[in-house]
Formats: sequence, C-alpha cells, structure tokens
Amino acid sequence: MTGLLSAQDVSVRYGSLAALAGVDLCIHDGQRHALIGPNGAGKTTLLNVIGGSTKPHRGTVRFNGRDVSRLGPAARARRGINRIHQRPAVFPTLTATENVVVAALPRVIRRRGWRPGGRRRAAHHRAGPLLEQMGLTDVAAVPAGHLAHGQRRQLEIAMALAGRPRLLLLDEPAAGLSATEVGRLVELLRALPRAVAVLLVEHRLDLVYALSDAVTVLRDGRTLAAGTPDEIRTSPLVRQAYADGVS
Amino acid sequence: MRDEVIRRVRGAVAALVLAGLVVAPWAVDDYTAAILARTLALGLVGVSVALLTGVAGMPTLGQTAPYAAGAYACAVLGSQISDVGVVQLAVAAGAGAVLAALTVPLVVPARGVIVLMITLAIGELVVTVLGRWRSVTGGTDGLAGISPVRPFWGLPVLANDQARYLYTLVVVATLVGAVLLLLRTRFGLLLRAGRDDETRLRASGHRVPLHLSGAHIAAGAIAGAAGSLLVVAQQYISPADFGFDTSALLLLGVVIGGTASVGGALVGAALVIAVRDWLFGVLPGHAPLVLGALFVATVYLLPTGVNRVRGARVRLRPPTAPPSRPDAPAARDHAPVPELHA
Repeated sequence: MTGLLSAQDVSVRYGSLAALAGVDLCIHDGQRHALIGPNGAGKTTLLNVIGGSTKPHRGTVRFNGRDVSRLGPAARARRGINRIHQRPAVFPTLTATENVVVAALPRVIRRRGWRPGGRRRAAHHRAGPLLEQMGLTDVAAVPAGHLAHGQRRQLEIAMALAGRPRLLLLDEPAAGLSATEVGRLVELLRALPRAVAVLLVEHRLDLVYALSDAVTVLRDGRTLAAGTPDEIRTSPLVRQAYADGVS
Repeated sequence: MRDEVIRRVRGAVAALVLAGLVVAPWAVDDYTAAILARTLALGLVGVSVALLTGVAGMPTLGQTAPYAAGAYACAVLGSQISDVGVVQLAVAAGAGAVLAALTVPLVVPARGVIVLMITLAIGELVVTVLGRWRSVTGGTDGLAGISPVRPFWGLPVLANDQARYLYTLVVVATLVGAVLLLLRTRFGLLLRAGRDDETRLRASGHRVPLHLSGAHIAAGAIAGAAGSLLVVAQQYISPADFGFDTSALLLLGVVIGGTASVGGALVGAALVIAVRDWLFGVLPGHAPLVLGALFVATVYLLPTGVNRVRGARVRLRPPTAPPSRPDAPAARDHAPVPELHA
C-alpha cells in the first residue's frame, strides 16, 4: 500500500483486551477518510496510534514515505500530522490569537535573516486570517478559557491548520455542538484546502456521508469493511454491525 | 475597562514602590539599609522561583541551590578574578546556570509535587556540600572578610551600606526588567502555554522539554546573580543563608505575590523575609508559626495571589494526564505547596 499515510497490521492490547487486532489503513493525499464503527471498535485508539500518543504493540505507521512508528506526537506534528481532540484542547489563559500563534510557531519559516521577534510576528500574520476564517475575529483578544464550547472547537481547528498539516486527525469534532454549530463545522471542514487530508472519527453518519469520500468500518478492533460512502451505506454487513453495536 | 484600571493602579503602585526604594537609604540607618539590600537579593531569587513555579509550571524548592552556587562562586572565584561587580555578577550567574544545567536531567522530566521533592533534595545536597567542603567554602563557619566591590571599571569601591544597597537595587531592577522583557517574547508565550496544557503544546509540535530546560537554566542564572548580590550586601556568607527555611519562605512569598507575577513575587518574597526578620525580634521562636498562618490565610483568601493574575496556576498533573479543562482554575491554586504545612 502507498499513499500519504499507511498504517499496516496495527495491533494494540490493553491487558487481555485487543483494542486493535491487525488493522490496515491507507489515506491518500487530500482524501477525506472517515473511520466509523460501534462503540469500542478501536476508532480512537487507531487515531492515537497515527497521532503518536499510543504506541502499538505490533505494526508500522508510514507517513509521507517515512516510517514514523517510533516518533512521538510532537515530532509527528512537525512532519505534518495535526490533531483535533474529542474535548477541545486549547490553552485557557492565552488569548485566541496567542493560541493560534503558539500552534503556528513550530512551522513558521524565518525569512530574510534573524530579527528580534521575527518568528512571532510571522506567526501573528498567519493567525489573523485563520481566526477570520473560523469566525473568531471578534473574540481574538479573549482568553480561550472564556470562550464557548463551539468557539473553542473552531479555535482548535484554527490551531490545527496553523501548523500547516498534511493530515488532520479529527476525533468526533461534532461532539457537544448545537445543530447550528454542527452546520457551521461542516461548512468549515468542507472549505478545508485539498492540500490537507482528513481522517475523521465520527458517530453521526450524516456528517460522515456529507464530508468523506472514503469510509473504513471498524468493529472489535478489526476492519469490517472499506469503500466509498455509497458502498458502505448499502452494505448489509455494516448495517448488521451497527444494529448489533447500538443495541 | 476593569482590566485597564487594574493595570494603571498596578503601574502606579510599582512606580511608588520603586521611588520609595530609591530614596530609602537616606531615610533609614545603616543596619536597615544592609537588611534591605539582602531582602532585595532574596526578592530576586523569588523572581526566579516565580519564573519556574508560576510561569513554567515547575514548583520549586531548590532555587537556593543556584543562589548558593552563585554566592560561593562570587566569593571564592569572582573576588580572585576582579573586584568589578559586573564581572562578579557574570561569574555568579554563570555558576548558577551551570548548576541548573547539571540538574536539568533530574528536574525537567518530573512534574508537580515530584519537582518539589527533587528540587528540595538538590537544595539540601548543596547546603551539605557547602558545610563539608571546608577547604573551599570554610564549612559551616562560612566565608567572612570578602573584599568590597566596585560596580564598574573606574568607579569607586562600595564602601558603605547605602552604596551597597543602591548597587543591589540597580542590579535587581535591571534583571527584573530583563525577565519581564523575556516573558513578552515567544519564549514566555510558550512557557505559559506549556503551563496551561503541556500535552496540547506537544501536539502542536513543540519541544516542551527544551523550553523547560531553558527556563530552568535562566532561573538558575538569575538566582546565581542574586547570590553575588548577597555577597555584596552581607560581605559574609555561610550555608545557613541557603537552608530549607529560605527556599520554603521564598515559595511562600511567591505564592502570596501571585505565582505568575514577577513583580508580585519580588514583593511577596521581600514581605515574607521582612516579616520573618521583624518577628524574630518581636516573637522570638514563633516566626514560623505566624508565617504558616499567613500562608494558610493567603491560600484561602487570595487563591491567585495579591497581584491577581488570570488563571495562573501550577502544573500538578502527570504528563500523561488528560488535557486540563479551563473550568475552576482557582481550585488548582490551592494545590502547589501542601508541603509547607509540614
């Protein structure tokens, strides 16, 4: 398998429980790939393995042609894998702008030699348009801890984009959002540049079908099915799995 | 609007305090001037404690270690090399930075209460070494008769307590200004971000241990420079100047001043030291009791310190813990220094 990211034969055990048992996953450049499955299927675990916060017991993760299996989350972020957490993770005492500046700093390129504060200024230039894109310009100077849940989610997306990702990992981005906020989120995610590939873990199938162009179904730590959204929607196997899992 | 008012009031108070400190030596006797100079040096160590505890989120009881290293390096080496204060300051700051750099592998991977314990152990070890290494440090008798310094090439020697006090004040003001500038840079921003949520900072691709090591070494250099000021102020040093009670009082002062505030740390540390020295005369033997009561009152009445800083708090969670939530940050401020009760 080739592509932007390929995870091969990934296994993770928690004690005697096999959270993942030999899962393969391949994501191409610019692809919108969704990961679905009943609770406990191993979706978040697989996201953690790709992001680097969980070390698999077996298997490799290759990103952009390189084996990144041994790298931690920070090193993978520097290579272009950024992540949005299930509960929005922002720096509460920093303002929205400062949050984005911090996220942008590792990938800011220094231009025309060194000047005091040059990198920070460059990161600031990056932050403004991103906050505008996420509709956060009005609250740019507000500490992130004072923002509403939905705004924190948008801020986290701005932070993830500030790191110039090639692959964005989204762990249930719609969790805890109101219907209006979900609509806005879908718009924002649809507007993401095609230079960014997305791996989306989401319970809400309407979102999955609206956003993705490839779907992988996990169940009990194994790949149950993979294909286009249409194929998955009509697959009797998947329907059966969801009926079992949800009940 | 309210923030603006608070900022102005704070600026006015700072200006008043600074003006008072400048005219102080003409208003008080020699003995008090000497005490003030020593208190300023300790306040500078307090600033280094605040930098680590409040800004970087590493609560420390061990800043007396680089403080002692700076003082002894200044007294033993610096006075051999030159009688110029600036040179001695550089030697002392270098010694503090080197000691801090050597202890980076012990301190930086640890978090929360573990940092307190490790830094406490380092501080105690340094005091023990100072007490035993008689040939160099003079043992528990300390080093006396350290020759006076001249602040800069071509200037006269600091011959009286007023001059020594003013020299200390100028150096402390300069270094505090430098720390405030440093905190406005990218480095300060990253330290605050790491204190807020270290896991998130790593997820953005930052090398968090590198920032923390830098903060630790910088704080060591500041404490080392303060050691050189102590030598100037007292012209006598002994291991008793760097004991556990000093580091505990400094942390207490920093907590009272508001852990993330540099100015607050300076004021808090100076206040606690002054209260201790004053109570020593008024209530012999009971000073620790009163300071303990002061600490408990501070933590319960002013969980974010006298100098209110939004959401300031100390990192007490292990690095693997889930990202902290912004809710109820005040509650966490109670946690950093339970050890002081003991």
